[in-house]
Amino acid sequence: MLIFIAKRLGLAIVVAFTVSFISFTLLFLAGDPAAALAGETASGEDIEAIRKLYGFDRPMLVQYLDWLLSAVQGDFGESYYFRLPVSSLIVERLSVTMTLGVCGITFALLTAVPLGVAAAIRPNSLIDRMALFLSVAGQAMPSFWFGLILIVIFAIQLGWLPPSGASSPMHFIMPTIVLGYYAMPAIMRLTRAGMLEVLSSEYIRTARAKGASEGRVLFRHALRNAIIPVVSLAAVQMGFMLGGSIVVESIFALHGAGYLAWESIARNDLPTVQALILVFSMFYIVFTFLADVLNAWLDPRMRSS
Amino acid sequence: MATTETNDPLLQEITGPTPAQMLRKRVFGHQGLLIGAGVLGVLLFVAIFAPLLAPHDPYAQSLMSRMEPPVFLGGSWEHPLGTDHLGRDYLSRLIYGARVSLMIGAIAALISGVIGTAMGVAAGYFGGRVDMVVTFLINVRLAMPVVLVALAVVAILGGSLQVVIVVLGLLLWDRFAVVMRASTLQVRGREYVAAARAIGASTPRVILSEIMPNIANNLIVVVTLEMAHAILLEAALSFLGLGVQPPTPSWGLMVSEGKNMMLFEPWMVLIPGAVLFLLVLAINLMGDGLRDVTAPENRS
Repeated sequence: MLIFIAKRLGLAIVVAFTVSFISFTLLFLAGDPAAALAGETASGEDIEAIRKLYGFDRPMLVQYLDWLLSAVQGDFGESYYFRLPVSSLIVERLSVTMTLGVCGITFALLTAVPLGVAAAIRPNSLIDRMALFLSVAGQAMPSFWFGLILIVIFAIQLGWLPPSGASSPMHFIMPTIVLGYYAMPAIMRLTRAGMLEVLSSEYIRTARAKGASEGRVLFRHALRNAIIPVVSLAAVQMGFMLGGSIVVESIFALHGAGYLAWESIARNDLPTVQALILVFSMFYIVFTFLADVLNAWLDPRMRSS
Repeated sequence: MATTETNDPLLQEITGPTPAQMLRKRVFGHQGLLIGAGVLGVLLFVAIFAPLLAPHDPYAQSLMSRMEPPVFLGGSWEHPLGTDHLGRDYLSRLIYGARVSLMIGAIAALISGVIGTAMGVAAGYFGGRVDMVVTFLINVRLAMPVVLVALAVVAILGGSLQVVIVVLGLLLWDRFAVVMRASTLQVRGREYVAAARAIGASTPRVILSEIMPNIANNLIVVVTLEMAHAILLEAALSFLGLGVQPPTPSWGLMVSEGKNMMLFEPWMVLIPGAVLFLLVLAINLMGDGLRDVTAPENRS
């Protein structure tokens, strides 16, 4: 088990460094940061001065290592737009995004797992077909459009929920649904497939033969085994969702890290964009790592692979 | 003719249906596949013949007829789906928007398909170091937040149709690589591959004429899924104002422009979004259907 964790951790760290290098060079190669920083009216001398001031005249690899060394210590430089340290900006905004992410994955699990179980108990029944339809439709629904429809219905027409902002728990209801439904189809399909497989296994027949009640068979015996892959899927989906929150946060004007990313990209605020790409990647890497470890812990068969 | 034999009822009773007949039965027995293919066919037709079908120029502005409602909300047949905030005919923009979406979906899926398939097949066929490198690259790619990276790169390079297509194409190869690697691993050990090698077939030949035809069904399914993915991403980027730029009639952009009028004219958001949903749904239904129809375990 420890060897497995060490191996996975090593891989995660190498992936993290590669991502950091790519995210740095991608934005570096794409444009001249000094020119962007100086603005459109700046003269050539101004741009040169800024290039010297920020150290853009050094070789790229030196700049990257310099950036990485500070980044590891939690220093991502200063935001061009806000004139504040990027790290404090992100930390301040991250609480909204994390709250949204946790709410989203909870919503997805609370709706998708029961639906998946119900669909597996009665394959091809009405509820199975409904669940299938929901998952197919869910995958095709553009999240920004879904969010706007919810605003039209629940904020404008009915006036039940606030359309934007993050000042109360009520503000999080619609964003949670929009972010969470995105993870639902995958979780539901996996729960259904897992339950179907487990329910046809020998030990379930044994449990039934012993005279265990149907509820006990379903939840104590079947679901506990079928849920193992779902747990790790949920962790991976959580990593994806944090990256996807950029769309949801911009629709509902939730001032989280995703919204910050959108603002910074529109304003050419490179240090903030680079830091955010790295932070969101780290979340994904950490969550998939946790998922793998959790999986190995719950299911010893996974440790060998 | 070779087919006359199989039309003999007695012979057919003995030998059972031919593979082609079985395939036809599976295809026409699959509702989702038929519906998906039908809707996609119609939208493809609309996209190709957009200049003939559109009642107006999608770029022509008319300040005299701004924000006219669709005909079912009291508008006139002159503009069946109304006009936008610049007086441009909504139906015509919608029709030309099908071109943008389908083109982005098809070309982005083609680019990512070539990259991902090459990586996946190489990893599955050669194994060892090649497999390690490809698996590592897949891990790196998955760790990068797609929306964020695409937004940032498109913003820096300037939003145009070409830039969006290339950026999406270079980002969305991960599922191709994963699925093609797994499919190749499955096929690699079969007897016909060993037989081809034994008669001295070169590696490229084994891959192209033994491996590829046998994993093509999985490839087609991933192509459809990634097409849908690329279309949704383009719409999201354009919605955020950092994808395809105005005045190009992109559905995501139309939703974004309609958003400002959403309070009074919700149809401006509902219509382009609904068409986008329909297109992606059709592609996904077709992909799911193709998977069901071609999956060997369903060939009973």
